[in-house]
Amino acid sequence: MKTILFYVRPHLARMSGGLAIKFIGTITDLLLPYILAHIIDEIVPTKDILQTVLWGALMLVCSGVCMAGNVIANRMASAVARDAARAMRHDLFAHTMRLSCRQVDSYTVPSLESRLTTDTYHVHHMLGMMQRLGVRAPILLIGGILVTAYMEPVLTLIMVATLPLIVFTVLRVSMKGIPLYTKVQHAVDDMVRVVRENIQGVRVIKALSKTDYERRRYRAVNEALVSAETKASTVMARTNPMMNVFLNIGLTAVIFVGAIRVNAGLSQPGKIIAFISYFTLISNAMMSITRMFVMYSKGIASANRIGEILNTPDDLALMETEDQKNAPYLVFDGVSFSYNGKKNNLSRISFSAAEGETIGIIGATGSGKTTVLSLLMRFYDVNEGAVRIGGRDVRSMTAGELREKFGVALQNDFIYEDTIAENIRIGREISEDAIRRAAEDAQALSFIEMYEDGFDHMLNSKGTNLSGGQKQRLLIARALAASPEILVLDDSSSALDYKTDAALRRSLRTNRPETKATLIVAQRVSSVMHCDHILVIEEGEIIAAGDHEALLAECDVYREIADSQLGGMFA
Amino acid sequence: MRGGGPIGRPAKVPSSKPVRDQKMTGAQRIRVIRRLGGYMFRYKALFFVILALMVLANVLSLVGPKLSGHAIDAIEPGKGAVDFGTVTFYCALMLLFYILSAILSYINATLMIRLSQRITKTMREEVFSHLTKLPVSYFDKNQTGEIISHISYDIDTINASLSNDLLQIAASVIGVVGSLIMMLTISPLLLLVFCITVPMSLLFTRYRAKKVQPLFRRRSAMLGELNGYAEEMLSGQKTIKAYHREDVIVARFDRHNDNAVHAYYEADYEGCLIGPSVNFINNLSLSLISMFGAMLYMFGYIRLGNVSTFIQYSRRFSGPINEMANIISEMQSACAAAERVFRVLDEPEETPDVPGALSLEAARGDVLLDHVRFGYTEDRVILHDLSLAADAGKMIAIVGPTGAGKTTIINLLMRFYDPLSGTISVDGTPICSMTRDSLRRAYTMVLQDTWLFSGTIFDNIAYGREGATEEEVIAAAKAAKIHSFIEALPDGYQTVLSDDGINISKGQKQLLTVARAMLAKTSMLILDEATSNVDSRTEMRIGEAMRRLMQDRTCFVIAHRLSTVRNADCILVINGGNVTEMGTHDALMKNENGIYRGLFEAQFET
Repeated sequence: MKTILFYVRPHLARMSGGLAIKFIGTITDLLLPYILAHIIDEIVPTKDILQTVLWGALMLVCSGVCMAGNVIANRMASAVARDAARAMRHDLFAHTMRLSCRQVDSYTVPSLESRLTTDTYHVHHMLGMMQRLGVRAPILLIGGILVTAYMEPVLTLIMVATLPLIVFTVLRVSMKGIPLYTKVQHAVDDMVRVVRENIQGVRVIKALSKTDYERRRYRAVNEALVSAETKASTVMARTNPMMNVFLNIGLTAVIFVGAIRVNAGLSQPGKIIAFISYFTLISNAMMSITRMFVMYSKGIASANRIGEILNTPDDLALMETEDQKNAPYLVFDGVSFSYNGKKNNLSRISFSAAEGETIGIIGATGSGKTTVLSLLMRFYDVNEGAVRIGGRDVRSMTAGELREKFGVALQNDFIYEDTIAENIRIGREISEDAIRRAAEDAQALSFIEMYEDGFDHMLNSKGTNLSGGQKQRLLIARALAASPEILVLDDSSSALDYKTDAALRRSLRTNRPETKATLIVAQRVSSVMHCDHILVIEEGEIIAAGDHEALLAECDVYREIADSQLGGMFA
Repeated sequence: MRGGGPIGRPAKVPSSKPVRDQKMTGAQRIRVIRRLGGYMFRYKALFFVILALMVLANVLSLVGPKLSGHAIDAIEPGKGAVDFGTVTFYCALMLLFYILSAILSYINATLMIRLSQRITKTMREEVFSHLTKLPVSYFDKNQTGEIISHISYDIDTINASLSNDLLQIAASVIGVVGSLIMMLTISPLLLLVFCITVPMSLLFTRYRAKKVQPLFRRRSAMLGELNGYAEEMLSGQKTIKAYHREDVIVARFDRHNDNAVHAYYEADYEGCLIGPSVNFINNLSLSLISMFGAMLYMFGYIRLGNVSTFIQYSRRFSGPINEMANIISEMQSACAAAERVFRVLDEPEETPDVPGALSLEAARGDVLLDHVRFGYTEDRVILHDLSLAADAGKMIAIVGPTGAGKTTIINLLMRFYDPLSGTISVDGTPICSMTRDSLRRAYTMVLQDTWLFSGTIFDNIAYGREGATEEEVIAAAKAAKIHSFIEALPDGYQTVLSDDGINISKGQKQLLTVARAMLAKTSMLILDEATSNVDSRTEMRIGEAMRRLMQDRTCFVIAHRLSTVRNADCILVINGGNVTEMGTHDALMKNENGIYRGLFEAQFET
């Protein structure tokens, strides 16, 4: 609710204007039957044609005003809903992009995605409809009650006595409805997850002929979704009949008490008849109020999910730390880290590199190599120790300050639907010349130039029209394009043949003097053997460090790796 | 048809699919509606029960006022004149009746929910199962997020209106016809007013509908694009962070967001004209009827009581028509969504297996490629003329510079794509005359792109073979040297992998897929950079298991680490779409200027 109010507030003036216009439109609409009654009851018996035509014309005017008022008000309502929804979706997306990796891991991508699309859509829809329906029903309700109260206060009291019951029912049901609709949205997340996995894994699924299995898996989430939806709607469907029962009990009571009052000479049957016709009006108004409550419950459930993200605090706050003078350029100082807080993924990692040096990290699958990089770029915060660049703790730098130092090619990196040039640039201000140079150094120019449209060639989402090696070279070009201080390559040449890989290393060494530090994570000894420092990591700890020769001499693990890959050349 | 596939595909049409904004002809719209109606017709029993209940409820709605009328009639004016017996009787009857009708309407509402949920469920299932039948190229070409928006948002939109609207239309027809007859009996002359206003509102609605329809389609399309963009950027979030590009990406998202909310507004802007306008036309007819009715009465053609009854019926008559206008605008957005869903359903499936296709059972594993020519599009041929014989149990290694078309061969072997010319056969039978299912089942595949689904580790490994026992799964994990890692997890084999297996490294994922492959018992094996993310020590340790995996199977191995392919029975060197060299390691190394030798030596280059 808070979330919605926050986004509606800036448009309050316009919204009130719209509602006022709607008010006028509704009043004129309600005037029509009175004019009609006037014509038939008062004018027609006088047989005055001029009067009849005049009053008829007045009806036409009222109809016109009613139409114009409603159209204008509806359009204003749409505009308010549009602007509020736009602002909300913008904030949500901006906030989502700023969530820390840990937070994204815990919310999961499909859930964030459905919050951004279906949830904001629900809220948008609700905002529009509430404004449209929100005027007429209360006018009818309040107007109806006022008129009846003027006519017959006692009977009105009897009728009004049912209102608390109704309010109670509606509130209770929608309190129940909100969590149910939240569940529906969760079920939507699950369904989206399965569909997403199937799209991403289409080759494997087809290769294993697992289509039937996947269909069963989908059927399960689909059924869960359907049953959640059915449950929520069924609960909400209770309101209407229950309200009808209450109202009609009120009506019956009115007639019965009315009879007593007439019997006592306190009222007339005519009043009761009039009372009943107003009653229909009131109950119709109540109907549309219930409809609004259904919409409200759905919208609130969605708004809460949006609010949950918006209110997620920044868990990577800036820290005040002492800068260290004369420290090496890049330092890991006794760093320990755990993803789940139970078992350490990295323990007591310490190493440093002077300006211009390269660091190679090698180690078994799952030993924690990528985690080292994640901590360096502060995707996560260390649990113990510190990471410093140029003597400054990474936790004391703003995200912008920290990350503009880096050029990164990650393992699970992404390529999006745009041109090659834009995929290298990703929205940074980089000259075409620099992009070309980056592509050249990354050994990507040869394949880019094979396309007729070169750098303007369109790539598919996820780079499905590139081979693995082409993707990697493009990502390296992206990393190089802004001439970063620190170059991070996470296993980013694994799909390259050795020849291309060697050429790449050569050009990194000779053409990129501006790089102050290079970190290379690799499986291949040949990718790291020329680094100034090579760290051998096993189960989250550095078991050996040094240059190639030293490690060959001292470290059994390293030698073993080298032997296996380089065909016993160093045995 | 545009081609698809991992390598060298021509540019895709830029994202703002202009094709989709074409106007829908009347005939097309009718087809969409008819098709939608078809879904409802599948549950015709339920549909008619609901319809009957609705009619009953409508009829009952007339009884209530009647009862209260009787009760009031018994209230004689004047002190002590009230007939309390009658009043009490009718009041009790009223209560009974109202409670009954509430129960009835609750039942009806629940049934309606059932109906619409059943339709939604069927539709979602149909879309999903159709997706599973689409060729791989469809997924290479379309954004994940957009496909998801069809199955979630579009179907939701249909669901929101379909059952409700069609039933309401059905119910209101009854009201319209009934009141028309009543009015006809009162004054055919006065009915002439409707000859002006009814066509007016029909024409108007039609005219508006035409104008609004494309706006609704745009609204759906824009939301789909927004979804596509959001999905794409969310999956690349780490990179965006690494480059601190959040602001740029948010600014781009804003463009999609603007488009989406604006399309919504435009549709609303035009659409919200319909309701008040039709209401206006109804008010117009009301005014006209009162005026003419009054005059008719003045000239003595009609009684006063009849005028007021006529007006009451005319309200009953125009009410539903008014309602129709609202329904139409909802129907339009449903139609727009339905069209998009149907477009997915109409997407051609993988060309069906030829009639009488053979099922490949217990294949020996003799694979033969005979003059195969292939390109993802006719004009960009990637493989020009590839011939190759892989006898059962042999290991064929495919090497070549990056981007030479190695993965393409796998796409052809598995029939993700069909060659332009030439044939591929297994055990002497061309694979195009086999069922795809049986062909694919005859292979085991470990790919560079590991794929795990959200589920337990156990399920992910057991995915390789239905009904694999716990012992078998553990044995496979042990062989793939991933068992101890799994055991170390708090939940062991029951650990749930979250999306994209974020919690585990790419190398571990690859080991899981290797374990999965170990379970499958097939005669042919494809390893496409199967261990590229596994460090070489682990690779060595699983070497024994890999050898066992490859034993007695026809293997196709793509690898960069030439150490892995040294023992192959035959090494194919692919370059520029042709096999340029072929032979054993030793034979190829003899060729001083050969590509293979060049690649091999590059390993030691600095």
